[in-house]
Amino acid sequence: MEAGTAAPSPRAGGVARVAQLGRRHPAAAALLVLAIAVVAMVAARSLHDVAQTGLNGLSLGSVYALGAVGLTLVYGTLRLVNFAHGDFLTFGVYMAYLVNVTWEAPLALGIVSAMAMTALLGVLFERTLWGPMRARRAGFLQLILISIGLAFVIRSGVQYVWGTEVRLLNVNVVDSVELLGLRIGQTELVVIVIGFAVLIATGLMLRYSLLGKRMRALADNFELAETAGIDTSRVVLHTWVLAGGLAGLAGVLAGAVTNVKPELGLELLLPIFAAVILGGIGDAFGALAGGMVLGLMIEWSTLFIEARWKVAVGFVVLILVLVVRPQGIFGRARAI
Amino acid sequence: MSELGQLSGLPLALTFQAFTDIGFWTGVGVIAGTYALVALGLQLNVGFTGIVNFGQAGFMAVGAYTMAILVLKVGFSFWLALPAAVLAAMAFGLIVGLPSLRLRADYFAIATLAMAEIVRLTAQNARGLTGGNQGIFCEGASCYDDSWNSVSGTITGWLEGLGWSDPETLFPLLLVVWTTAALAAVLLHLAQGSPWGRVLRAIREDEDAARALGKNTLLYKLQSLAISALLGALAGFFVALNLATLHPKDFEPPGHVHRLRRAHTWWIGQLLGGGRGCDPDVDGSRSHAVRRAADLGRT
Repeated sequence: MEAGTAAPSPRAGGVARVAQLGRRHPAAAALLVLAIAVVAMVAARSLHDVAQTGLNGLSLGSVYALGAVGLTLVYGTLRLVNFAHGDFLTFGVYMAYLVNVTWEAPLALGIVSAMAMTALLGVLFERTLWGPMRARRAGFLQLILISIGLAFVIRSGVQYVWGTEVRLLNVNVVDSVELLGLRIGQTELVVIVIGFAVLIATGLMLRYSLLGKRMRALADNFELAETAGIDTSRVVLHTWVLAGGLAGLAGVLAGAVTNVKPELGLELLLPIFAAVILGGIGDAFGALAGGMVLGLMIEWSTLFIEARWKVAVGFVVLILVLVVRPQGIFGRARAI
Repeated sequence: MSELGQLSGLPLALTFQAFTDIGFWTGVGVIAGTYALVALGLQLNVGFTGIVNFGQAGFMAVGAYTMAILVLKVGFSFWLALPAAVLAAMAFGLIVGLPSLRLRADYFAIATLAMAEIVRLTAQNARGLTGGNQGIFCEGASCYDDSWNSVSGTITGWLEGLGWSDPETLFPLLLVVWTTAALAAVLLHLAQGSPWGRVLRAIREDEDAARALGKNTLLYKLQSLAISALLGALAGFFVALNLATLHPKDFEPPGHVHRLRRAHTWWIGQLLGGGRGCDPDVDGSRSHAVRRAADLGRT
């Protein structure tokens, strides 16, 4: 929220120049606003506090960003608002729990299993549910309702097997690392490192690989991409693999820093939606940045308001963005 | 049944005693009536107007909490608090709808869901006002449902006068809930056939066509949302009277989604039962829309 309110408005000329910059280089403008917000916060509080909450924000933001990329790509390619995406995260974290705690294997194996199994889940539903529904020309509302129902099926399935009790992954939650006077939990540091590595890899893949370009082409205009000779059904499958894998990873990372419970994904779903909309729905790079910005904003907001309200900050940001700039902070101007 | 339970290894401890107990069915009836009211509101929004409102739980919470707070903290009488809380919920619906109804259907759905979450988080965290996770029920000797309990006692007296020796405690609430739901259903049915209802239908089929005919579509959608908020607030009151205490958990979106699903079962049931609803596809077919628009032009 700070990023929005801290925008400079000293002179009309300055505003116009910033607005012009915003049109030409929206990402640069967003960075500028963010930098100004950081400076303002450092002035109001202290550098140490801002950096400390910023670190927490990065770990939260990487979870949001990982979840948001998949959600936004699925929306972009299939025009499907997937309310079951949050429960993909839940499914992923329980797959990791199975390997990491029940079979006592290292967490790295748990992460691999979570990503693989959730990707498989995505493909399974595409083959048995979404593909046939598209073939029958299901409308937008029907697809949303199916995804809500699917969310219940996944969550209830998880509850049926593992019950509703709150569990912990086998990670070190005690030790912390000192970094330039900042304190960060060992697990949290690992989460940030893994999250960033995968996010950068995903970004590069989407930017430079042929598959990434095809995915973005489909998200941009499905019919045009098909006309251009892209094998759309293959790319759709790959999109589900990517979305599922990243959702599984996001679930494990969220479960590692907090705990494992059936509502884990449901509670993350709305902030992930907020990140998607912040970045412009259907825009993969926007979702990456939107997730990070949202995580930072939520954690920074605790400097000014009580921490128990911080979740609501995400939703306020969501509604503000929808009202002021529904195409997202990086999106091109177009009617929504 | 127990044999089946052993066979599949499931902890099925089913007895049929509960199903013959009138107290059980009274409780089910109250919940069903409450859901019916919620469903009617969603029917008006999603079914008639084509706006995908996912925030009905938020309207319920605003209605119920406003009523409880007005009675307990401000000192309103229960009967004055009810209409005041209805107005509060409707005003809240307008405040939410004014910016978000301009959005496309999918964005609007997410915005209303976020709105409902904000309401729930507020109920959870504004402890001074709402009691947080402790809930809100009584303040000293007075509870928000005192007035209702005396009315309920009167109705119980009538039932005893009719020859029912020991009426169920919840039975008066059941009567009131279903009377309200039936009344709302009749009024909505009448509204559906009115010129106003035809405009809503035109908006659902093709908003641009409705606008081209000179209808202020935003105004109609706002009215639809506000009436849905009214029905939500009524349902919220019945939740409050049924449970005799209010918790943020009662207004969680999962529960709400349950209700939404119910609404759709109901809605689809209406379609199958020869209701005059048409293709629930929001995208709508063009020729259909044109016919509807022509329909509209005649009004």
